[in-house]
Amino acid sequence: MLKFFCMVFFILDKLFLGDEMRNTKYDKIANLHKAPENRLKNAIIAFFSGGVMGFLAELIIEVFCMYLHISRIDSATLMIMFFIFMAAFLTAIGIFDKLVQVFKCGLLIPITGFAHSITSSCLDSKSEGLIYGIGSNAFKLAGSVILYGVVSAWFFGMIRFIVGGVG
Amino acid sequence: MLLLNSFLFCGFICLISQIILDNSKLTPGHITSILVVIGAFLDSFGIYDFLIKKIGGGAQLPILSFGHSLVHGALAKANNVGFLGLFTGMFDLCAAGIAAAIIFAFIFTIILRPKN
Repeated sequence: MLKFFCMVFFILDKLFLGDEMRNTKYDKIANLHKAPENRLKNAIIAFFSGGVMGFLAELIIEVFCMYLHISRIDSATLMIMFFIFMAAFLTAIGIFDKLVQVFKCGLLIPITGFAHSITSSCLDSKSEGLIYGIGSNAFKLAGSVILYGVVSAWFFGMIRFIVGGVG
Repeated sequence: MLLLNSFLFCGFICLISQIILDNSKLTPGHITSILVVIGAFLDSFGIYDFLIKKIGGGAQLPILSFGHSLVHGALAKANNVGFLGLFTGMFDLCAAGIAAAIIFAFIFTIILRPKN
């Protein structure tokens, strides 16, 4: 049905409008339906989605503490592993990318973004084989986080070790 | 109170990153790398420990905490064994995160078929 209307519209368009007219009209319609790049809205969405992620993190830590009877530090480790598990799973079944389009940075800045980058580069390079595909491309995106993390941690640790003493 | 603090802190970090992402040419890869370096800097003088005490889980979830745990493990080991501890203790605390990310990514890649 929709296809039929499109055909009719296309033919009418061809018949009654010249090329120049059609272009301007097309531009007008396209501009009308183009989603405006709304930075304020993006920022608000990122704030609330990130906030909900942080809220869930604290809630999960407290729930694990209560029901598994483990210390808060162990509980935090379990919480991080839980989020990584969820992110890897959702990326593998193809939902995470759609969620990122909706929730923006709220999902990329927490540890889920790290897990997502490893899983997605693994999935992208699966067709190239186990060694040169998955093996060598796993840290294509996440490698920068680990490299700069380790280098800066060593650097700042050295400064603290020399200047401030350790404690 | 910890729940509210977690919400505000994590949301604030994501808000800043989204503003940087929208108004500059940096990609999420740049921003996460910068945040890890900032986390390492904050931990090296004990600021991040204070944040974790006041905020709780919300401070341990963002990628900032990755830099924090790198420095924290290195300094804790250096406290015991000296200079060599900076190298041996680097991955002590964040090993769980990295190992989990690699293992789950590998398992799901092998089991599931990639979309598109």
